Amino acid sequence: MAGKPKLYYFDGRGKMESIRWLLAAAGVEFEEEFLETREQYEKLLQGGSLLFQQVPMVEIDGMKMVQTRAILNYIAAKYNLYGKDLKERALIDMYVGGTDDLMGLMLMFPFLSAEDKEKQRAVIVQKATTRYFPAYEKVLKDHGQNFLVGNNFSWADVHLLEAILMVEEKKSDVLSGFPRLQAFKARISSMPTIKKFLEPGSQRKPVSDDKYVATVRRVLLMY
Amino acid sequence: MSGKPKLHYFNGRGRMETIRWLLAAAGVEFEECFLESKDDLTKLQKDGVLLFQQVPMVEIDGMKMVQTRAILNYIAAKYNLYGKDLKERALIDMYVEGITDLSELLMTYPFQPADKKEQHFATLVDKATNRYFPVYEQVLKDHGQDFLVGNQFSRADVQLLETLLMAEEYKPDILAKFPLLQKFKARISNIPTIKKFLQPGSQRKPPIQEKDVPKVMKIFY
Repeated sequence: MAGKPKLYYFDGRGKMESIRWLLAAAGVEFEEEFLETREQYEKLLQGGSLLFQQVPMVEIDGMKMVQTRAILNYIAAKYNLYGKDLKERALIDMYVGGTDDLMGLMLMFPFLSAEDKEKQRAVIVQKATTRYFPAYEKVLKDHGQNFLVGNNFSWADVHLLEAILMVEEKKSDVLSGFPRLQAFKARISSMPTIKKFLEPGSQRKPVSDDKYVATVRRVLLMY
Repeated sequence: MSGKPKLHYFNGRGRMETIRWLLAAAGVEFEECFLESKDDLTKLQKDGVLLFQQVPMVEIDGMKMVQTRAILNYIAAKYNLYGKDLKERALIDMYVEGITDLSELLMTYPFQPADKKEQHFATLVDKATNRYFPVYEQVLKDHGQDFLVGNQFSRADVQLLETLLMAEEYKPDILAKFPLLQKFKARISNIPTIKKFLQPGSQRKPPIQEKDVPKVMKIFY
């Protein structure tokens, strides 16, 4: 028994990727079991490991945790990435809520038709540049500090970096109107645990492709 | 300036209702400012008080909070409805997120196009009775306690009650196979702050009527 957290999901980003980012940022080693077949999934279901019959599921500290937000909250609090008091937590929760909504626009992207992908790409870029990035640019401008909340590295910084990189994959110059976000991106990317996660060979997953889509459809009987 | 939390939303349940429930359960008085038209939303956006241009927004303790989860987390922690330690919070979060997923199905039903309504209804009944209710019935059965987590009243109990009642509005006998949930419903409804909130004249909102759906969609879309 390793004692390391163990992640149960597909071999791809989906809803598990933010959890991988947060564990990596906290310097926590973790193991992964990838769902490849329907049989594997049914075995998990029958074993009673999935409270609501869904993944992500993370075995951590004797619990079989499900629900992405619950898992992220637990990890953030455990590894002191959730602010120092209630008010800092409130800010972190607000900021993470925004980046979650932004990344939510990209969650089903791999499953869309080519035509719908183009439409959705435009929506993602529009929302990123008119709703979300301006909010974070202003936060950084207003306090002039290196991190989003409380002058301390937190979950909000990790989540924002993840979101920025994901949107850049859809439009590489999307940060061009946001100088502070560009500086933020460089700064957070160079933190040792994050830098390591961004290097090839880490457990970070690539952009989802058709093979990933096929696996998810097969395992979840989602057609 | 009253010092009471002030809620900005339209005069209906939507995403603000769970916040109303939690404040009421905690015995916290609150004020409400209702958006009647798209112009009302635009004004708030232009005033720069909506971090992501969206409501719900709650003015509380000097903050203009947005993002439903953030607001609920803050209220729950402030009023000791979030468990006593990290592990209890983990359980509460898991249960609350499950309830939220079911709630989304219930909440979005009135806004479905006519040709999708029947399928949506079937899905929500199926998920409620086969995925979600069995979990909470089992939780209560396993520990035999009055509350979902830590033998203490928490936000998980409030949100579960809210959702049970909403589900019953769609199908009155939906709890038929869940005796412990029926008892839970009666028990939590009897807690003084909750009982008060369930009485006519409280700030609890009624379900949206079909005739009001277009008006709401105009404000937000």
